[in-house]
Amino acid sequence: MTQVLDKPVELKEPAVSPAERTARRRALLEWIAVHSLGLAAALFFTLPFVFVLLTSLMSDSQALSRDLIPHTWEWSNYRRVFDTPGFLTWWRNTLVYAGLGTVLTVVSSIPVAYALAKFRFRGRNLSLMLVISMMMLPPQVVVIPMYLFWAKQLDLSGTLWPLIIPLAFGDAFSIFLLRQFLMTIPNEYLDAARVDGCGDLRTLLRVVLPMAKPGIAAVALFQFFNAWNDYFGPQIYTSENPGAWTLSYGLESFKGAHHTDWNLTMAATVLVMAPVILVFFFAQKAFVEGVTLTGVKG
Amino acid sequence: MSTYTLRAKRRRAAFRTAAFMSPWLIGFTVFFAYPMLSTVYFSFMHYDGFKPPTWSGTQNWTYVFEHYPYFWPALRNTLWLVLVTVTLRVLFGLGVGMLITKIKTATGVFRTLFYLPYLAPPVAATMAFAFLLNPGTGPVNSLLEKIGLPAPGWFNDPHWSKPALTLLFLWGIGDLMVIFMAALLDVPKEQYEAAELDGASAWQRFRFVTLPNISPIVMFAVVTGVIQAMQCYTQPLIAGKVASGVIQGAGTQFEPGYPEKSTLTLPQLIYNLGFQRFDYGSACVVALVLFALSMVFTAFLMRRRGGLIQAGD
Repeated sequence: MTQVLDKPVELKEPAVSPAERTARRRALLEWIAVHSLGLAAALFFTLPFVFVLLTSLMSDSQALSRDLIPHTWEWSNYRRVFDTPGFLTWWRNTLVYAGLGTVLTVVSSIPVAYALAKFRFRGRNLSLMLVISMMMLPPQVVVIPMYLFWAKQLDLSGTLWPLIIPLAFGDAFSIFLLRQFLMTIPNEYLDAARVDGCGDLRTLLRVVLPMAKPGIAAVALFQFFNAWNDYFGPQIYTSENPGAWTLSYGLESFKGAHHTDWNLTMAATVLVMAPVILVFFFAQKAFVEGVTLTGVKG
Repeated sequence: MSTYTLRAKRRRAAFRTAAFMSPWLIGFTVFFAYPMLSTVYFSFMHYDGFKPPTWSGTQNWTYVFEHYPYFWPALRNTLWLVLVTVTLRVLFGLGVGMLITKIKTATGVFRTLFYLPYLAPPVAATMAFAFLLNPGTGPVNSLLEKIGLPAPGWFNDPHWSKPALTLLFLWGIGDLMVIFMAALLDVPKEQYEAAELDGASAWQRFRFVTLPNISPIVMFAVVTGVIQAMQCYTQPLIAGKVASGVIQGAGTQFEPGYPEKSTLTLPQLIYNLGFQRFDYGSACVVALVLFALSMVFTAFLMRRRGGLIQAGD
């Protein structure tokens, strides 16, 4: 070792042509540019969450000031949110709407998506086009007759049923997403099952469904979050009865009850966002796959 | 095979199809076809939900178009959202999608951070933004003032309320980022290499290689964005309500579109006319306008040739 060091070490860079040097310099500059932009974007996407979290932990008086960082960390704000009358009821209602609605959607949409993806019949393209039209239709277009139907004819306003029951008859978006997914399953599997003597229902249940699990997971997640996020539906059908409100609808009224308490309002906001984000971390793949499938032609 | 068994087989196949399609066939009839026809019917009726409906001819239509002071501002706002917000969302989504394909460090972390806001429930996200952009105590204006920039009134200023909404929509770009990212990664590498050999600049590579390859996805993003913009309801409503400081609750009257009708959208009018003024007939007129608009864009999405969603085989 020492012998080597005795000799003066030549620190000459390996010969680099000027062209290569500019190319390297450009690559480095690009790396810096891309990563600074990435950091800027990361700040834009995360700072709102950070400020909401920080405010949710401020004391009542500090929440009215212009401070950005809490002086004392008031974790009890979260307990106070749960103690607000109604908050737990809204959780329960949301879980009922989202849970039951998801199960019904998945069960009713699978056979329809399967028929649209794998059966050949007259009117198939027309049906698919109608499904897509329904998917694109703003829910507000048919809300007046639907409201009159549920409220005046069936006397079910003030309950969650007008939101849940329609989901037992297939949901256009779920049908479309599942159909896109089922299109990717090769027909050879279905033919093989048929040769083995499986009927249509058996083929669907035993062969197709196990292969379609990721697609079903994506549909279930989207449906769950649609219900979780839904504001318009609960506003139309449950507004008269606070006992049937969901979190999304209740959260808005929460701001009214706690008029200036931004800290409590933000704590409640965190509590509405948190489950969605938690579930995402467990099911990232299904989510991303679902988003990609809806954006690609089938 | 005899004709008889062939016919029996066909009948069985038709029965099978009907059985599998039945949930949707029922759903389509009860929750789409019937209410759609009713909407047309009620648009020619006086109906307040209590007295039986009476024929009104075109009175609801003239009322909405000529006398209802909220219709034209709402249509203008909806078109503003369609033109400005959708353009910015697509550009920003594409930009973030390209950025993420270039980032080579901790890609997963960046991707997750960029995606998360898309998941935030609209009511919660809007309340958060109403707080962040609150002109008095909001952190955004605090920061802007600290670095010496003007602090706008955001949701409290009719000139800034729509840009504030746009900011909220740009924040939730995650879905677009994902589909753009998938499309960008699908562009054949050889085309970039060939372009580079020909001495194409970065802009030329984007213009002549990237863009043609991802143009179907860009169109898809535009059309679905337009449809979303037309349905836009929760965010402007909540933003207006929180900013105006109205005490919410069941049946509270609220001046729609605060401030100065700047956050009014067509779907809000249906709620206002139907469920606050109990003028179901006029609400159905607005619903039909909305329907016509959304069908134009849906048709664009499904054009037989060059359509973005193909029935195919």
